[in-house]
Amino acid sequence: MTRELTCICCPIGCSITVEMNGNEVAYVSGNNCPRGDAYVRKEVTAPQRTVTTTVAVDGGESAAASVKTQGEIPKEKIMECIKALRDLHVEAPVHIGDVILKNVADTGVDIVATSNIAKG
Amino acid sequence: MSEKTKELVIIGGGPAGLAAAVAAAEAGVPVEEIRILERDNKLGGILNQCIHNGFGLHTFKEELTGPEYADRFIQKAHELKIPSSLNTMVVDISYDAASGVKKVTAMNRSEGVFTIDARAVILAMGCRERPKGALNIPGYRPAGIYTAGTAQHYVNIDGRMPGKEVVILGSGDIGLIMARRMTLEGAKVKVVAELMPYSGGLKRNIVQCLDDYGIPLKLSHTVVDIEGKERVEAVTIAQVDENRAPIPGTEERYTCDTLLLACGLLPENELSRQLGVEMSPITGGPLVDESLETNLAGVFACGNVLHVHDLVDYVSGEATIAGQNAAKFLSEKRTEKNAPDLKIVTQGGVRYSVPSTIHLDTMADTLTVRFRVGAVYKDQNLAVYLGDTKLQSLKKRVMAPGEMEQVILVKKKLEEVREAGEKSSELKICIEA
Ligand SMILES: Cc1cc2nc3c(=O)[nH]c(=O)nc-3n(C[C@H](O)[C@H](O)[C@H](O)COP(=O)(O)OP(=O)(O)OC[C@H]3O[C@@H](n4cnc5c(N)ncnc54)[C@H](O)[C@@H]3O)c2cc1C
Ligand code: SF4
Repeated sequence: MTRELTCICCPIGCSITVEMNGNEVAYVSGNNCPRGDAYVRKEVTAPQRTVTTTVAVDGGESAAASVKTQGEIPKEKIMECIKALRDLHVEAPVHIGDVILKNVADTGVDIVATSNIAKG
Repeated sequence: MSEKTKELVIIGGGPAGLAAAVAAAEAGVPVEEIRILERDNKLGGILNQCIHNGFGLHTFKEELTGPEYADRFIQKAHELKIPSSLNTMVVDISYDAASGVKKVTAMNRSEGVFTIDARAVILAMGCRERPKGALNIPGYRPAGIYTAGTAQHYVNIDGRMPGKEVVILGSGDIGLIMARRMTLEGAKVKVVAELMPYSGGLKRNIVQCLDDYGIPLKLSHTVVDIEGKERVEAVTIAQVDENRAPIPGTEERYTCDTLLLACGLLPENELSRQLGVEMSPITGGPLVDESLETNLAGVFACGNVLHVHDLVDYVSGEATIAGQNAAKFLSEKRTEKNAPDLKIVTQGGVRYSVPSTIHLDTMADTLTVRFRVGAVYKDQNLAVYLGDTKLQSLKKRVMAPGEMEQVILVKKKLEEVREAGEKSSELKICIEA
């Protein structure tokens, strides 16, 4: 069986063909770089995503701070991760890289801030 | 009205303006002679609301979110101590051909209306969304209709949701990204409708913003009816034929409280026009040469003001070149522009090019020419000719309007062909079988 996937690792979005031998990846073609190869191998077995969202900020120049998972988490954990952040409030100031929540949804991955929000 | 003089004024403190300022300072323009004018209360431009990741792979070899990418350049500008004025709106620029002075008029709360006489100006105002007028349907305009970028600002900066049940018209990147964003924030995105037979957005965004969440994308569809008087209650979409006219009988009605319009971006060029910069009717941005200089000596342009980019890395790269050339212009004390040696003409599906003219004496060893194509092309060649002489040709698996393409011109090759007798000054970029 062959599968056609679009690499999402960078905006070029290579079309990658994966030849499957049962559950094993037999051959990968169409990727411009090694990241594409690694991506499709993971995508056909255990897909992962980086999640970006916002958390509410109290006492800041704006009411929300952008955050991300510090690494990728399993795709099926995305909604659980979002839920864990929904009612969270942080105090301004917020700095890029601040850990907002440790080990989100038991993924072993932390949520970190991606914007600077000054007191306001 | 207070008056000041500066060597270099940069209009816009987004990624383009920041990278241009950094490059100019690094190329030797004294920082006290540079000033960035930004109308927002923060540097970083549109990136501050683009909280998704995928920025900077080319520049920093890591995947950053928009605000993180912007912050790298903001830090750099701070380290170099490049002065910037926030909450400062530029309202006019005029050019005095005799003296070469560009008079920049701006205003803010602390200085009121003031002018700066600049020897060089870099236009880096970015782009704005196509207005709601793009929605060409009769009837009421109830509340609940937003451009996608406005909704992005609400959700990501102000932390509030514009609605709960959403239909999106337009599948450009902002539309796709907002489909996922609204879904994550608990809204139900019912459908993304796209007028054209292809998406205007990046493929990766279709995969990770729509496919991941099971949001349907309906190509060749448009909105034909909006119900609701006070607030949107339902939206009807229909399929369109090859003339983009709705096909009767294909209507589908979606109940919703919000309609997002992601109908594309337009370079923000009122100021450029006032200044007398020659514009491209296709991009809506200034026409520039290999140095990213406009028809006016000492007026440069870079970033989304020039043409809409989907990759901020390219914006930063382009802006660096503009900054370096502005520095060179200032050190040469040049006041005029020579006629270009080559004019780039685009044909066969290539819609335009940036730059559009070349001076060979100031061209670097290689020159990246960027453009967009007018339709989807599969297994075609991207060819470059000088007159009748073929310079290069590259086979491309897929080219699509949503993705910016480029060719890299080699100066040595151009010179060789000219020495061998090619007299034409027409450099043609085209798609061929
Ligand atoms: C929704 C969206 C998603 C994107 N996704 C990606 C992505 O995944 N990866 C990627 O690499 N790129 C992405 N991009 C593209 C990238 O963000 C842009 O290419 C980049 O921000 C353009 O930079 P710029 O400096 O030209 O414009 P902008 O960021 O728009 O900055 C222009 C600045 O000029 C200021 N300005 C305008 N007029 C005036 C005036 N008269 N006086 C003073 N200041 C003024 C504005 O306030 C603004 O700050 C995305 C863009 C959008 C909109
Ligand atoms: S394979 Fe490499 S170049 Fe192609 S989309 Fe993936 S990361 Fe980008």
